[in-house]
Amino acid sequence: MIAHPTSSSGPAAEAHDDAELLGELRAGAPAAYVALMRKHGGRMLAVALRYLSHENEAQEAVQDAFVSVFRAVGDFKGDSRLATWLHRITVNAALGILRKKKRLERETSIDALLPKFLPDGHRDSPEGAWAQERVQELEKGETRRMVREAIGKLPEIHRTVLMMRDIDEFSTEETGRLLGIQPNAVKARLHRARQALRTLLEPHCRGVCP
Amino acid sequence: MTCREFLDYIGAYLSGELSEAECRELRVHLDVCSQCVDYLDSYQQTIRLSKIACCADSDPVPGDVPEDLVKAVLAAMKQRPIERA
Repeated sequence: MIAHPTSSSGPAAEAHDDAELLGELRAGAPAAYVALMRKHGGRMLAVALRYLSHENEAQEAVQDAFVSVFRAVGDFKGDSRLATWLHRITVNAALGILRKKKRLERETSIDALLPKFLPDGHRDSPEGAWAQERVQELEKGETRRMVREAIGKLPEIHRTVLMMRDIDEFSTEETGRLLGIQPNAVKARLHRARQALRTLLEPHCRGVCP
Repeated sequence: MTCREFLDYIGAYLSGELSEAECRELRVHLDVCSQCVDYLDSYQQTIRLSKIACCADSDPVPGDVPEDLVKAVLAAMKQRPIERA
């Protein structure tokens, strides 16, 4: 029987559904392909959209991801959750599109968003503490969009590194391998991306914007 | 240690890559520089907020996968079927 997203709930039930679905997929049942796409496709699209920003590119990435999944499902050992495996394949497919369009090679300066220092190494303008109530606002549904938009303003390579490391929890080494850069370059770009994102969030968090 | 040097070490400090001596040096700077205390706090908040904003588990399940996409994948699989032993 093909697993259905509404057939059960909870981690144990989901694992059972996934095991059943995997069995059908390995047997090459076309209905299982459709069931997997309907169950996980929406979430995979959301992940791809974070990396690509354009709906049509995100759909292209998810399409590539599903084809890779169906071709590799026989090799999936079940060491991780099915959703985790699909997530990583989706990120990889999105990176494939960024590479194909050479968007990771564009070096856009991020310097304007980094802190400024005087020649003696001290700050050229005072820092202030973030207001806890403003930070808490950003954790809520509607204002979370503001954080996503700020991430979207980062140059592509910095945004990609930040998402892979801080959000999707790829290791430094794996991020470097997938992006074709050295681990030290991953660390440097991540640090600059975090600083730039902090600068973009600061007006809201210090309450100095309207 | 200056504020600029402190900033250069934040990433490595938070990921536990610094030696005990380097950590001590950073903490000495934090003891005398409230601006870097605030910066470190906001840097950590930034990491946390980006995760909260984008973490799939914290959002409602996105909408259905478009039917065109499902058809395109099925067509691609039909065009080049998986060879089974």
